[in-house]
Amino acid sequence: MLASTLDFVRRFARNRGALVGFVLVLTVIGVALAAPWMFPRNPLRIVGRPEIWPFTSWRYPLGTDSLGRDIAAMLAYGARTTLLIGLFASLTATVIGIGVGATAAYLGGWVDEVLMRCTELFQTIPNLIFVLTIVAILGQKIEYVTIAVGIVTWTPIARLTRAEFLSLRDREFVQACRAMGMGNFRIMLGEILPNALPPVIVLSSLVIAGAVLFESAVSFLGLGDPNVSSWGRLIGDGRTLIRTSWYICAVPGLAIMLTVLALNLVGDGLNDALNPKLRDR
Amino acid sequence: MAPELAPRPAPILALDQLQVSLFTRRGVLPAVDGLSLTVAPGETLAIVGESGCGKSLAALAVMRLLPEPPAKIVGGAVRFMGRDLAALSEREMQRVRGRDISMIFQDPMTSLNPVTTVGAQLVEAIRRHTDVAHGEAVNRAVELLRRVRIPDAERRLTDYPHQMSGGMSQRVMIAMAIACGPKLLIADEPTTALDVTVQAQILELMKELQATSEMGLIIITHDLGVVAEIADRVVVMYAGRKVEEAPVEALFERSLHPYTRGLLGATPSASRRRGGRLVDIAGSVPGLAELPAGCAFQNRCPDVFDRCRAERPMLAPLLPRRSAACFGAEKELSRDAAIVGA
Amino acid sequence: MPLLSVLSLCVRYNSAKGIVRAVDDVSFDVEAGETLGLVGESGCGKSTLGKAIMRLVPACNGLVVLDGQDITRLQGRTLKSARQTMQMIFQDPYGSLNPRHDVGTIVGQPLSVAGWSRRDIRDRVTELMEKVGLPAEAVRRYPHEFSGGQRQRVGIARALALSPKIIICDEPVSALDVSVRAQVINLLKDLQQATGVSYLFISHDLSVVEHICDRLIVMYLGRIVESGRSEEVWQQPAHPYTQALLAAAPVADPRFARSRTRRLLQGELPSPLDPPAGCAFSTRCPLARERCRQEKPVLRAIQSGRKVACHYDLIEQSAAEPLAVSAAG
Repeated sequence: MLASTLDFVRRFARNRGALVGFVLVLTVIGVALAAPWMFPRNPLRIVGRPEIWPFTSWRYPLGTDSLGRDIAAMLAYGARTTLLIGLFASLTATVIGIGVGATAAYLGGWVDEVLMRCTELFQTIPNLIFVLTIVAILGQKIEYVTIAVGIVTWTPIARLTRAEFLSLRDREFVQACRAMGMGNFRIMLGEILPNALPPVIVLSSLVIAGAVLFESAVSFLGLGDPNVSSWGRLIGDGRTLIRTSWYICAVPGLAIMLTVLALNLVGDGLNDALNPKLRDR
Repeated sequence: MAPELAPRPAPILALDQLQVSLFTRRGVLPAVDGLSLTVAPGETLAIVGESGCGKSLAALAVMRLLPEPPAKIVGGAVRFMGRDLAALSEREMQRVRGRDISMIFQDPMTSLNPVTTVGAQLVEAIRRHTDVAHGEAVNRAVELLRRVRIPDAERRLTDYPHQMSGGMSQRVMIAMAIACGPKLLIADEPTTALDVTVQAQILELMKELQATSEMGLIIITHDLGVVAEIADRVVVMYAGRKVEEAPVEALFERSLHPYTRGLLGATPSASRRRGGRLVDIAGSVPGLAELPAGCAFQNRCPDVFDRCRAERPMLAPLLPRRSAACFGAEKELSRDAAIVGA
Repeated sequence: MPLLSVLSLCVRYNSAKGIVRAVDDVSFDVEAGETLGLVGESGCGKSTLGKAIMRLVPACNGLVVLDGQDITRLQGRTLKSARQTMQMIFQDPYGSLNPRHDVGTIVGQPLSVAGWSRRDIRDRVTELMEKVGLPAEAVRRYPHEFSGGQRQRVGIARALALSPKIIICDEPVSALDVSVRAQVINLLKDLQQATGVSYLFISHDLSVVEHICDRLIVMYLGRIVESGRSEEVWQQPAHPYTQALLAAAPVADPRFARSRTRRLLQGELPSPLDPPAGCAFSTRCPLARERCRQEKPVLRAIQSGRKVACHYDLIEQSAAEPLAVSAAG
């Protein structure tokens, strides 16, 4: 076990981009965790003069927005929102996706047909509009945004899981398990799933990035939770001042871009590390 | 070239101490280590060995089709009709491939382009090297298909590869390979993926084509039965090195190298003794990164002695037109010579 | 009573273009302690037959009787206990072992499924590893750390776990190097001598089958065309297809190979979607006559222990006209 974990870490580290991405993600996590210490008071409070440019004042290193709120504080707390939503939305999507994909592939027949039609249904509904609709129905709270994003992003995971299961189902080692009398459930969970997981994990990490973007879009449109600070919301609030104090949009925009990029790089690295064909290259 | 070769026509291909290395994370591996061989016009040379012995890489090196990042020719010469192919530029090499030297591969299903018709691929092969109009090329394509004994040749031109069986696709591959009358055809495991009756047909076809054209044929295989059916001379490779070379009958009658003897003993049709134990060669082929000093075969050889572990045996012409890289064989033969009558 | 009896087994499956009769009315027996070879080229149905006997693919007709018990339509727990008598070894050493489990787990799986205790499993696994010639500490290693031949040994150890009476070997050595093949074949023979297990040995390689099998069955397009003792079939084939197979098989003896005159089988296998009416081999048979094209031959006994499905089998021909027919090899 230890040897294979070290092996995994080594393979991951060989990809320079993945290492950079990993460091960036750790930084974001670090900032998110440290936010209450760095900025002990409510980030949505008005603390100073509005529209102070970044790097011009020691007290407000990233400047202030149109109402005089500290951008650095809002960015730090926004990191928490972003990560939480990204993580939980991806988790929701992964659980639904694996469940649907595995069941469809292993049971086949009409179950497969029905589940695949459902998947297609979810895929054809325009994603952003669907998210907005769910948030509009359920309400503007961070939990509902998370659920909405999760519901919209599970389809690629389901398709991938199903494809992996289908190809693994006919492999000889699965037939060997059937030949010894192993039950279906045990084969699915114990034999097929561990082999199907690696590409699904990679996809899940990319889904986190997608969730971040969705959440930003929702908050940008002002339909997110009004009590939390989020990066998308920052951009949305800065919309009106984009000609003069464009930094209010640019700074959180840059943060989103770097985070999504970092997640994609980590996803690449995971792919290299988990993909056995690249061994000994 | 080895001095024991009696005056024969000039070889079309002469490999001279060819060295191909694989540059991997674990270091530089000598995948082909000092391979020398010749092929005369009209002759069939078989290169025999198990997986990992370097036979396919040697063939790809001749065609300059090595996968460049890990593999590279690092030494030796590949002389085709006097020219060193290793020194040619890619453009010059493209003129050689398909026209002077052709190659066919193991799995015809993956060697043919699945999205274009067989006719289109044949015509393309013809027009690449000969300056003919499209109509004339189509006629030649039909001729070629007939020559490789595909029934209903005209209709087959519009078939796609997936509509053909394995045997038929391999015939198409052969047709493409001989389209421009090459002097040398390299066949890498051409029948391994085929059924036995189809295999026999394809081998028969290759022999026929060769008989009418003085084309040299190199056949790479792990199957000693195929070697016995079709080869004139045999080169045996192990772990990247050539360990024995002999005319085919001599090789089967009395092989000099213990590895060759082991292979023959492990082949059921060669042992011709029903129910007896097959000779199995203990152990397995050492990985290229773990080759021992001295003879590569030492850990599996039933007749190993000290010198084998200390020194690497070089190929020596032990008998007329035969060579082997084995100290044991040398000792045995010099003893025989002493007995026979020095 | 034979250990395994297959009676009129049929396996059909639907493809996009129609119904394919992969196995068509196949009947044979395997006795305890014997090795029966199943030979044929691609499309003959031998692999499908092996899987149907193992109940991995459904049979649409016919019976499989194992050790006196009809297992053709068993389900659930009864099927599971029947499975302990019969196991399978697969062709691809790289695909037949789960890459995520260590070798000890893999070999112990049949025992775990059968409900053995952990300690008993551990002991039995050690015993099995030794039987197949693998070092005991290898149980903690993963399949990718082993060579093809060693993986095949792991597969054999797994198949032996519950001491089955018969093992179906589906091309067990085709994907291995020549020298490794010999090791595995010798191992299979040794195990048979030590435990008395029977083998149903499926292969396309005639020389291997002839070496290891006591009796053999030749299949073509889903039907049996000939069966009998190995040396008898080898020396004097009764069915023209068997003769063609033997003629085509390369022989590792250059003098013999080049001096023999043989007639090679021409043409292609007919599409299984549209098999010929009458005898399936009639489209390629050098001796085909009118009756062959219209009437399907039945598998009939011609001598003790030999059966052939041919209207004008070669033995009958050579008895009637001893000089006119050229025998194989």
